[in-house]
Amino acid sequence: MTSTLSQLATHSRPTVSQHLGGRLWSSRQSYLLILPGVVLTVMFSIYPLVMSWYYSGLDWDGFSSRKYFVGLANYKDLIADGFFWRAFGRSALFTVVATPIELALALLIAMVLNDRSLKLRSVYRAVIFIPVVTTTAIISIVMSFIFSAFNSPPNQVLMDLGVVDRPIDFLGSPKTVLWTAIGIFVWKWVGQPMIYWLAGLQTVPTELHEAARVDGAGGWQRFRFITLPLLKPFAIIITLIVTAGNLQVFAFFQTLTGGGPYFASELMELFIYRMAFGTSEAGASSVQRLGYASAAGVLFGVALMIFGVVQTLMLRKIRRAQLQQSPSQQEQG
Amino acid sequence: MTIDQVAARTEPVGQQRGTARAGERKRKTPLRRRIRLSVTHVVLIVVGLLWIYPFVWMLSSSVKPNGAVFAGLGLIPTQFFFDNYTTVWSDGNIGRAFLNSVIVSVTGVIITVLVTSMMGYALGRKRFPGKRILIGVLAALVVLPHGYTIIPVVNLIFSLHLDGNLFGIILAEVGGAHIVQLLLYAGYFSQLPASLEESAMLDGAGYFTIFSKIYWPLAMPVTATVIILQFIASWNSFLIPLVLTLSRPDLQTLAVALYSFKGENLTNYSQMSAASTISLVPVIAVFLAFQRYFIEGMAGAVKQ
Repeated sequence: MTSTLSQLATHSRPTVSQHLGGRLWSSRQSYLLILPGVVLTVMFSIYPLVMSWYYSGLDWDGFSSRKYFVGLANYKDLIADGFFWRAFGRSALFTVVATPIELALALLIAMVLNDRSLKLRSVYRAVIFIPVVTTTAIISIVMSFIFSAFNSPPNQVLMDLGVVDRPIDFLGSPKTVLWTAIGIFVWKWVGQPMIYWLAGLQTVPTELHEAARVDGAGGWQRFRFITLPLLKPFAIIITLIVTAGNLQVFAFFQTLTGGGPYFASELMELFIYRMAFGTSEAGASSVQRLGYASAAGVLFGVALMIFGVVQTLMLRKIRRAQLQQSPSQQEQG
Repeated sequence: MTIDQVAARTEPVGQQRGTARAGERKRKTPLRRRIRLSVTHVVLIVVGLLWIYPFVWMLSSSVKPNGAVFAGLGLIPTQFFFDNYTTVWSDGNIGRAFLNSVIVSVTGVIITVLVTSMMGYALGRKRFPGKRILIGVLAALVVLPHGYTIIPVVNLIFSLHLDGNLFGIILAEVGGAHIVQLLLYAGYFSQLPASLEESAMLDGAGYFTIFSKIYWPLAMPVTATVIILQFIASWNSFLIPLVLTLSRPDLQTLAVALYSFKGENLTNYSQMSAASTISLVPVIAVFLAFQRYFIEGMAGAVKQ
């Protein structure tokens, strides 16, 4: 994704020196073509980004009522708000736990399905991918039934097997809710990185594996010394895409648990929604605090931005290291 | 480890090849391989069953009377009870929500295809001042989180007075930057030959004729992918339609209608399952019918 962007950018360097006015005029048709896209991007991506900074300085309790500018008071309140920090922590915990599990499981499945001699592999691939395309909100509702307390299917199986003697309230107990949710989340989304990994694995030439097999390299050795190094550039971009996706979990949690019980699964997006729109299953409806919610969004956004920039910088560093390495690798080959 | 090291390690195996044991080995390998394949299949079938179980459970519960949903682990109902479907379609307003979802998704797909193909063509084939800045901004938007800016988006729709109709939902939905779709178009257009353009220009075709009559039809494979990606994204969207219909239940899309239906009928599991089935069938059908485009489109995002 990023390499296409940079290719497009270098492609656009002007070669003929002309007056700016002339170049602008001769590109008028191109400007017309990009106009709708630019207008929509400004309206729904850039304007909201700027406005949420402005809103975060307001005391504002609804869309039509009066606004008061309060400066940094919202931020001051937020820093002292335990609910905010706990939601922040849960978002971080969720991302840090769910993402590696999802990525590793997806890689494992992708490697099994990458075997060309395996029959029905496209059927298995489709089956694992189906949850990815289905509506998150609806999957969560169905899952909240399947994992309900008492006679739900997992509890019946566990009781029949004698693993537990009392039904587990998977989603109703603050101790288990987040871990159950992580399990369901991985089930729902693992098909997506699986497709990404499969795309990456298809670039690994089968001759390399055959050659190593003839030379007696075992399965683990072939994975460690052939597959893994060749997958590295894919691994970076896949991790970026999946991590970014895993931070957008509103639909999943709002419909699965509503942030409950007792806020035990209230992640950042749910906290912002509760502050802004004042409805939540986890607690009584509160007063709408749009300025406060915006401030929470900005603080979390800044944290994500720092995280994103660090990731991008690391990516660049690894890319550069690879570029320096590749000539010497060719000599060896 | 270098290839030499691997070779050095495996030399003893190579020496054994001439002996009688090697013959045994050759006969054994296919069997061992067959066993391994069977084990793989067994594991994959178990995993596959786990993956479709919730859907089968939902289907099964949707044709059971509500009291029988949690009565046992059996998935095949003793008698089929289709009243759940007729009830939710009319009483639960699922029928109206279905229509809303169709309108929002179809319109959203059309707008997205038009906007991203036009922009992708200009970015992929044309030079113009400001292009580098535009690409820089788009690249930054990939990194910047935009799921946390829902309040200004809602406020914008309200101040444009678009909150009383479906168009507000559609606009907010397609307004987000569709970087993947845009890149698919830009990448595809940029690798098409320029000779097409030159010969069309000699025939007197203008800028927009060349785009719409020559290049746009050539991008059909990308258009198919974009249509499917966007249809599924719009059909599944939740946050935007939720906040824009908080005071207008008649505009709810399926996902939102089901969520509020759950809030009102907390224990009506069989009707909820019927409504869920109605909502999931179209998107699963679209996916199974156009699997190839969908998976290629997603894989394309990584390859590029």
